[in-house]
Amino acid sequence: MAQPAAAESWSGGNEPMKAEYGKLMMWFFLVSDALTFTGFLTAYGFMRFGHQSTWPIAEDVFTHFPGIEGDQPLLYVAFMTFVLIMSSVTMVIAVNAGHQLKKTVVAWWMIATIVGGFIFVGSQAWEWYHFIIGDKGGIELADGRVLKVAEAQTGEVLSLSQLVDGEAGHASNHLEKFNTGEVKTAFEANEGLVLQSPGKGHAQLNRAESLRLMQNAQVVQGANMKRNEYGQGQFANFFFFITGFHGFHVFSGVIINIIIFYNVLMGTYERRKSYLMVEKVGLYWHFVDLVWVFVFTFFYLV
Amino acid sequence: MSDSSSPAGTRWIWNIFWLLLVVTGVEVALGIIKPTFLLFPLAGTSILNLIFIGLTLVKAAYIVQYFMHLKYETQSLRMAIYLPILILIPYLTFILLYEGVEVYGY
Repeated sequence: MAQPAAAESWSGGNEPMKAEYGKLMMWFFLVSDALTFTGFLTAYGFMRFGHQSTWPIAEDVFTHFPGIEGDQPLLYVAFMTFVLIMSSVTMVIAVNAGHQLKKTVVAWWMIATIVGGFIFVGSQAWEWYHFIIGDKGGIELADGRVLKVAEAQTGEVLSLSQLVDGEAGHASNHLEKFNTGEVKTAFEANEGLVLQSPGKGHAQLNRAESLRLMQNAQVVQGANMKRNEYGQGQFANFFFFITGFHGFHVFSGVIINIIIFYNVLMGTYERRKSYLMVEKVGLYWHFVDLVWVFVFTFFYLV
Repeated sequence: MSDSSSPAGTRWIWNIFWLLLVVTGVEVALGIIKPTFLLFPLAGTSILNLIFIGLTLVKAAYIVQYFMHLKYETQSLRMAIYLPILILIPYLTFILLYEGVEVYGY
């Protein structure tokens, strides 16, 4: 009585999406992971929207580049983006070679991908180090706001080492810890200095107000989960959480890549006559690149 | 492999690489220079930020369509991926923008 076509459907074997089980599951996992990152980035936007005057501008925070003195806004993040795009390209080439069952070609391009992943994770560690150790230093007021010392005329932010010792440059900012007393004395001695907000518009307080607030202020250098010299406290929390969660994805991607690379060398996929596993780890790796494209825009550019 | 519908050779990969690199370069250059005429407010933000978001979506589309090969999958698989993403992400963004205005009262 049953329709023959229906009976065939119920007995299985249909592949409407023409994709293997593991590949489908990787795709659905990536969809859910994309929504997780959406949650983080929209939450970041939500908090920033509420604290625009004290929320640091990314170009004022991420200004270091190895081997170059002075402020280099965005340059290092651009380098990291380049590394990740490059490793995404090497991954596509590996997947492409897998389709043609070329074992050595797959192996070499996977090595390139793994190296790119390590460079990216290392770069992130370097950036975290400089973020945590701090740069120019900030002034935390009694009400918890963190402001910067700046020239009233030009609006240029002074680092604490410029203020106290008259030394410019990143290196001198890193090495020295300043106590609140010496910073106050130096601030009071220079008539041209005021406190300036780190956020959008860089609004300045006038000299009298700055001096009054300096009485109960404290010096803050570097960043942790409670306070940071860059401005609003949640900024550092979001930085650690979003780039940390992304960095964890990159790191696990590198580990999975290494496992698959080992299997390629052992000839596992050669025997299967299918490099589908390389394609699946490739999907994950491109997704990591994709997330970084968004983190780059919403954390560093906008 | 059954899916041989993606272009042959590796030339297309490098073409997309150059495209992604140029777009990123433009973004970085705009981010460093911040041309004043682009800081004009529009739709609750600035024209510059809207350009950043647009360029980001272009990059994302190329990565998903070509690098992740989604363009060449069956229509049912494409829809299974695109629909949840394209409905839920704008929805969440809209909700938080709306609530942000309510909560902070701008």
